[in-house]
Amino acid sequence: MVEWTDFERATIQDIFSKIDYDIVGPATLARCLVVYPWCQRYFGNFGNLYNAAAISSNPMVAKHGTIILHGLDRAVKNMDDIKNTYAELSVLHSEKLHVDPDNFKLLTDCLTIVVAGQMGKGFTGEVQAAFQKFLAVVVSSLGRQYH
Amino acid sequence: MTSLTPKDKDTVRSFWAKVSGKAEDIGMDALARMLIVYPQTKTYFAHWKDLSPGSAPVKKHGITVMNGVGFAVEKIDDLKAGLLSLSELHAFTLRVDPANFKIISHNILVVLAIMFPNEFTPQVHVSMDKFLAALALALAEKYR
Repeated sequence: MVEWTDFERATIQDIFSKIDYDIVGPATLARCLVVYPWCQRYFGNFGNLYNAAAISSNPMVAKHGTIILHGLDRAVKNMDDIKNTYAELSVLHSEKLHVDPDNFKLLTDCLTIVVAGQMGKGFTGEVQAAFQKFLAVVVSSLGRQYH
Repeated sequence: MTSLTPKDKDTVRSFWAKVSGKAEDIGMDALARMLIVYPQTKTYFAHWKDLSPGSAPVKKHGITVMNGVGFAVEKIDDLKAGLLSLSELHAFTLRVDPANFKIISHNILVVLAIMFPNEFTPQVHVSMDKFLAALALALAEKYR
Protein backbone atom coordinates (compact mmCIF):
# COMPACT_ATOMS: atom_id res chain seq x y z
CA MET A 1 0.00 0.00 0.00
CA VAL A 2 1.26 3.43 -0.84
CA GLU A 3 1.66 5.79 2.10
CA TRP A 4 0.46 9.31 1.39
CA THR A 5 1.21 12.26 3.62
CA ASP A 6 -1.51 14.83 4.26
CA PHE A 7 0.44 17.27 2.14
CA GLU A 8 0.57 14.81 -0.77
CA ARG A 9 -3.15 14.05 -0.59
CA ALA A 10 -4.04 17.72 -0.41
CA THR A 11 -1.67 18.61 -3.24
CA ILE A 12 -3.10 16.01 -5.61
CA GLN A 13 -6.69 17.00 -4.89
CA ASP A 14 -5.74 20.64 -5.28
CA ILE A 15 -3.99 20.24 -8.62
CA PHE A 16 -6.80 18.23 -10.18
CA SER A 17 -9.47 20.60 -8.91
CA LYS A 18 -7.65 23.58 -10.43
CA ILE A 19 -6.55 22.41 -13.87
CA ASP A 20 -8.71 22.91 -16.94
CA TYR A 21 -9.03 19.40 -18.37
CA ASP A 22 -9.86 20.74 -21.82
CA ILE A 23 -6.58 22.62 -21.93
CA VAL A 24 -4.21 20.34 -20.03
CA GLY A 25 -5.42 17.09 -21.60
CA PRO A 26 -5.00 18.12 -25.24
CA ALA A 27 -1.75 19.99 -24.51
CA THR A 28 -0.28 16.95 -22.79
CA LEU A 29 -1.09 14.41 -25.49
CA ALA A 30 -0.01 16.81 -28.24
CA ARG A 31 3.28 17.50 -26.47
CA CYS A 32 3.86 13.76 -26.03
CA LEU A 33 3.30 13.09 -29.73
CA VAL A 34 5.68 15.94 -30.69
CA VAL A 35 8.44 15.24 -28.18
CA TYR A 36 8.26 11.44 -28.43
CA PRO A 37 7.04 10.89 -31.98
CA TRP A 38 7.25 7.09 -31.76
CA CYS A 39 4.16 7.31 -29.56
CA GLN A 40 2.25 8.18 -32.72
CA ARG A 41 2.25 4.46 -33.49
CA TYR A 42 -0.84 4.12 -31.33
CA PHE A 43 -2.76 6.78 -33.20
CA GLY A 44 -2.60 5.63 -36.80
CA ASN A 45 -6.22 6.59 -37.43
CA PHE A 46 -5.95 10.09 -36.00
CA GLY A 47 -5.32 11.75 -39.35
CA ASN A 48 -2.77 14.50 -39.76
CA LEU A 49 0.13 14.12 -37.31
CA TYR A 50 2.80 15.25 -39.75
CA ASN A 51 4.23 18.13 -37.78
CA ALA A 52 3.93 19.90 -34.45
CA ALA A 53 1.40 22.43 -35.74
CA ALA A 54 -0.82 19.69 -37.17
CA ILE A 55 -0.62 17.66 -33.97
CA SER A 56 -1.40 20.63 -31.75
CA SER A 57 -4.48 21.53 -33.81
CA ASN A 58 -5.70 17.98 -34.40
CA PRO A 59 -9.22 17.63 -32.91
CA MET A 60 -8.89 13.86 -32.36
CA VAL A 61 -5.71 14.43 -30.37
CA ALA A 62 -7.46 17.09 -28.32
CA LYS A 63 -10.47 14.88 -27.62
CA HIS A 64 -8.32 11.92 -26.66
CA GLY A 65 -6.08 14.05 -24.48
CA THR A 66 -9.09 15.07 -22.42
CA ILE A 67 -10.22 11.44 -22.14
CA ILE A 68 -6.79 10.35 -20.90
CA LEU A 69 -6.68 13.11 -18.31
CA HIS A 70 -10.13 12.20 -17.03
CA GLY A 71 -8.82 8.65 -16.76
CA LEU A 72 -6.68 9.94 -13.91
CA ASP A 73 -9.79 11.00 -11.97
CA ARG A 74 -10.27 7.47 -10.73
CA ALA A 75 -6.86 7.46 -9.12
CA VAL A 76 -7.43 10.92 -7.65
CA LYS A 77 -10.62 9.65 -5.99
CA ASN A 78 -9.09 6.33 -4.86
CA MET A 79 -5.58 7.23 -3.81
CA ASP A 80 -5.48 4.40 -1.30
CA ASP A 81 -6.08 1.70 -3.87
CA ILE A 82 -4.82 2.89 -7.22
CA LYS A 83 -3.47 -0.59 -7.94
CA ASN A 84 -6.90 -2.23 -8.04
CA THR A 85 -8.62 0.83 -9.43
CA TYR A 86 -6.56 0.45 -12.60
CA ALA A 87 -6.51 -3.35 -12.91
CA GLU A 88 -9.04 -3.31 -15.74
CA LEU A 89 -7.43 -0.38 -17.54
CA SER A 90 -4.10 -2.16 -17.26
CA VAL A 91 -5.52 -5.23 -18.97
CA LEU A 92 -7.01 -2.98 -21.65
CA HIS A 93 -3.70 -1.25 -22.36
CA SER A 94 -1.90 -4.58 -22.48
CA GLU A 95 -4.31 -6.88 -24.27
CA LYS A 96 -6.26 -4.55 -26.51
CA LEU A 97 -4.22 -1.41 -27.04
CA HIS A 98 -0.79 -3.09 -26.90
CA VAL A 99 0.86 0.02 -25.47
CA ASP A 100 4.49 -0.35 -24.43
CA PRO A 101 4.33 0.47 -20.71
CA ASP A 102 7.54 2.50 -21.00
CA ASN A 103 5.41 5.00 -22.89
CA PHE A 104 3.29 5.72 -19.81
CA LYS A 105 6.24 7.51 -18.24
CA LEU A 106 6.71 9.62 -21.36
CA LEU A 107 3.12 10.81 -21.14
CA THR A 108 3.33 11.56 -17.44
CA ASP A 109 6.57 13.50 -17.96
CA CYS A 110 4.73 15.67 -20.48
CA LEU A 111 1.81 16.06 -18.06
CA THR A 112 4.24 17.22 -15.37
CA ILE A 113 5.68 19.82 -17.74
CA VAL A 114 2.26 21.07 -18.87
CA VAL A 115 0.98 21.36 -15.29
CA ALA A 116 4.22 23.11 -14.32
CA GLY A 117 3.64 25.62 -17.09
CA GLN A 118 0.06 26.16 -15.91
CA MET A 119 0.85 26.52 -12.23
CA GLY A 120 4.03 28.55 -12.58
CA LYS A 121 5.68 29.38 -9.26
CA GLY A 122 2.97 27.40 -7.46
CA PHE A 123 4.55 24.24 -8.81
CA THR A 124 7.20 24.11 -6.12
CA GLY A 125 9.68 21.28 -5.63
CA GLU A 126 7.45 19.79 -2.95
CA VAL A 127 4.37 19.96 -5.17
CA GLN A 128 6.36 18.44 -8.03
CA ALA A 129 7.49 15.59 -5.77
CA ALA A 130 3.93 14.82 -4.72
CA PHE A 131 2.64 15.01 -8.27
CA GLN A 132 5.38 12.80 -9.68
CA LYS A 133 4.90 10.27 -6.86
CA PHE A 134 1.19 10.10 -7.68
CA LEU A 135 1.91 9.66 -11.40
CA ALA A 136 4.52 6.99 -10.67
CA VAL A 137 1.92 4.98 -8.76
CA VAL A 138 -0.53 5.38 -11.66
CA VAL A 139 2.12 4.27 -14.16
CA SER A 140 3.06 1.28 -12.04
CA SER A 141 -0.59 0.23 -11.67
CA LEU A 142 -1.22 0.54 -15.38
CA GLY A 143 1.75 -1.71 -16.10
CA ARG A 144 0.83 -4.31 -13.52
CA GLN A 145 -1.37 -6.62 -15.59
CA TYR A 146 1.09 -6.93 -18.47
CA HIS A 147 2.46 -10.40 -18.97
CA MET B 1 19.02 8.08 -30.21
CA THR B 2 18.96 10.51 -33.12
CA SER B 3 21.46 13.30 -33.56
CA LEU B 4 20.60 16.98 -33.64
CA THR B 5 19.27 18.30 -36.92
CA PRO B 6 20.19 21.80 -38.10
CA LYS B 7 16.66 22.81 -37.10
CA ASP B 8 17.19 21.44 -33.59
CA LYS B 9 20.44 23.38 -33.26
CA ASP B 10 18.82 26.61 -34.45
CA THR B 11 15.91 26.09 -32.06
CA VAL B 12 18.25 25.44 -29.13
CA ARG B 13 20.47 28.40 -29.95
CA SER B 14 17.62 30.87 -30.34
CA PHE B 15 15.77 29.61 -27.25
CA TRP B 16 19.00 29.74 -25.26
CA ALA B 17 19.55 33.31 -26.40
CA LYS B 18 16.16 34.16 -24.87
CA VAL B 19 16.67 32.36 -21.57
CA SER B 20 20.40 32.57 -20.89
CA GLY B 21 19.91 35.78 -18.94
CA LYS B 22 18.11 33.68 -16.36
CA ALA B 23 20.56 30.77 -16.52
CA GLU B 24 21.54 31.14 -12.87
CA ASP B 25 17.93 31.11 -11.68
CA ILE B 26 17.17 28.13 -13.89
CA GLY B 27 20.16 26.21 -12.58
CA MET B 28 19.43 26.95 -8.93
CA ASP B 29 15.77 25.93 -9.23
CA ALA B 30 16.51 22.80 -11.28
CA LEU B 31 19.12 21.53 -8.84
CA ALA B 32 16.99 22.32 -5.80
CA ARG B 33 14.07 20.54 -7.38
CA MET B 34 16.18 17.52 -8.20
CA LEU B 35 17.28 17.14 -4.59
CA ILE B 36 13.67 17.34 -3.39
CA VAL B 37 11.95 15.24 -6.05
CA TYR B 38 14.73 12.64 -6.44
CA PRO B 39 16.18 12.33 -2.94
CA GLN B 40 18.59 9.61 -4.09
CA THR B 41 20.57 12.34 -5.85
CA LYS B 42 21.48 13.78 -2.47
CA THR B 43 23.99 10.96 -2.13
CA TYR B 44 26.35 12.92 -4.36
CA PHE B 45 26.32 15.91 -2.06
CA ALA B 46 26.85 14.36 1.35
CA HIS B 47 29.80 16.70 1.78
CA TRP B 48 27.56 19.79 1.77
CA LYS B 49 26.39 21.07 5.13
CA ASP B 50 23.10 22.35 3.80
CA LEU B 51 21.08 20.67 1.06
CA SER B 52 17.98 22.86 1.37
CA PRO B 53 16.72 24.72 -1.72
CA GLY B 54 17.93 28.22 -0.91
CA SER B 55 21.25 27.19 0.57
CA ALA B 56 24.55 28.58 -0.66
CA PRO B 57 26.06 25.31 -1.95
CA VAL B 58 22.86 24.38 -3.82
CA LYS B 59 22.66 27.81 -5.42
CA LYS B 60 26.33 27.87 -6.35
CA HIS B 61 26.22 24.40 -7.83
CA GLY B 62 23.04 25.07 -9.77
CA ILE B 63 24.86 27.97 -11.40
CA THR B 64 27.87 25.77 -12.16
CA VAL B 65 25.69 23.13 -13.81
CA MET B 66 23.78 25.66 -15.88
CA ASN B 67 26.99 27.35 -17.00
CA GLY B 68 27.97 23.91 -18.26
CA VAL B 69 24.75 23.74 -20.27
CA GLY B 70 25.43 27.17 -21.72
CA PHE B 71 28.93 26.07 -22.61
CA ALA B 72 27.48 23.02 -24.36
CA VAL B 73 25.17 25.25 -26.44
CA GLU B 74 28.27 26.94 -27.81
CA LYS B 75 29.75 23.53 -28.61
CA ILE B 76 26.54 22.20 -30.10
CA ASP B 77 28.16 21.35 -33.43
CA ASP B 78 30.55 18.88 -31.79
CA LEU B 79 29.49 18.04 -28.27
CA LYS B 80 31.79 15.04 -27.96
CA ALA B 81 34.91 17.08 -28.63
CA GLY B 82 33.68 20.20 -26.90
CA LEU B 83 32.76 18.41 -23.67
CA LEU B 84 35.82 16.15 -23.51
CA SER B 85 37.32 17.56 -20.33
CA LEU B 86 33.91 17.80 -18.64
CA SER B 87 33.38 14.18 -19.52
CA GLU B 88 36.69 13.23 -17.98
CA LEU B 89 35.74 15.16 -14.85
CA HIS B 90 32.42 13.33 -14.52
CA ALA B 91 33.95 9.95 -15.39
CA PHE B 92 37.07 9.89 -13.26
CA THR B 93 36.52 12.38 -10.48
CA LEU B 94 32.79 12.85 -9.91
CA ARG B 95 31.67 9.41 -11.10
CA VAL B 96 28.04 10.46 -11.34
CA ASP B 97 25.91 7.57 -12.56
CA PRO B 98 24.77 8.66 -16.04
CA ALA B 99 21.17 7.76 -15.15
CA ASN B 100 21.20 10.98 -13.16
CA PHE B 101 21.80 13.09 -16.27
CA LYS B 102 18.24 12.23 -17.32
CA ILE B 103 17.01 13.36 -13.93
CA ILE B 104 18.66 16.78 -13.99
CA SER B 105 17.60 17.22 -17.63
CA HIS B 106 13.97 16.57 -16.70
CA ASN B 107 14.14 19.13 -13.92
CA ILE B 108 15.72 21.70 -16.23
CA LEU B 109 12.80 21.19 -18.61
CA VAL B 110 10.27 21.58 -15.78
CA VAL B 111 11.88 24.87 -14.74
CA LEU B 112 11.92 26.11 -18.34
CA ALA B 113 8.19 25.30 -18.57
CA ILE B 114 7.55 27.28 -15.39
CA MET B 115 9.70 30.28 -16.26
CA PHE B 116 8.98 30.49 -20.00
CA PRO B 117 5.47 29.03 -20.47
CA ASN B 118 4.90 30.78 -23.79
CA GLU B 119 8.30 30.17 -25.33
CA PHE B 120 8.64 26.54 -24.20
CA THR B 121 6.41 25.20 -26.96
CA PRO B 122 6.32 21.48 -27.87
CA GLN B 123 8.73 22.21 -30.73
CA VAL B 124 11.22 23.91 -28.41
CA HIS B 125 10.66 21.13 -25.86
CA VAL B 126 11.62 18.36 -28.29
CA SER B 127 14.76 20.15 -29.47
CA MET B 128 15.83 20.95 -25.91
CA ASP B 129 15.11 17.37 -24.81
CA LYS B 130 17.23 16.04 -27.69
CA PHE B 131 19.99 18.52 -26.91
CA LEU B 132 20.12 17.63 -23.23
CA ALA B 133 20.16 13.94 -24.15
CA ALA B 134 23.03 14.54 -26.58
CA LEU B 135 24.80 16.54 -23.87
CA ALA B 136 24.37 13.65 -21.44
CA LEU B 137 25.74 11.23 -23.99
CA ALA B 138 28.81 13.41 -24.58
CA LEU B 139 29.28 13.70 -20.82
CA ALA B 140 29.20 9.92 -20.45
CA GLU B 141 31.67 9.43 -23.30
CA LYS B 142 34.76 8.83 -21.16
CA TYR B 143 33.08 6.60 -18.57
CA ARG B 144 34.16 3.28 -20.06
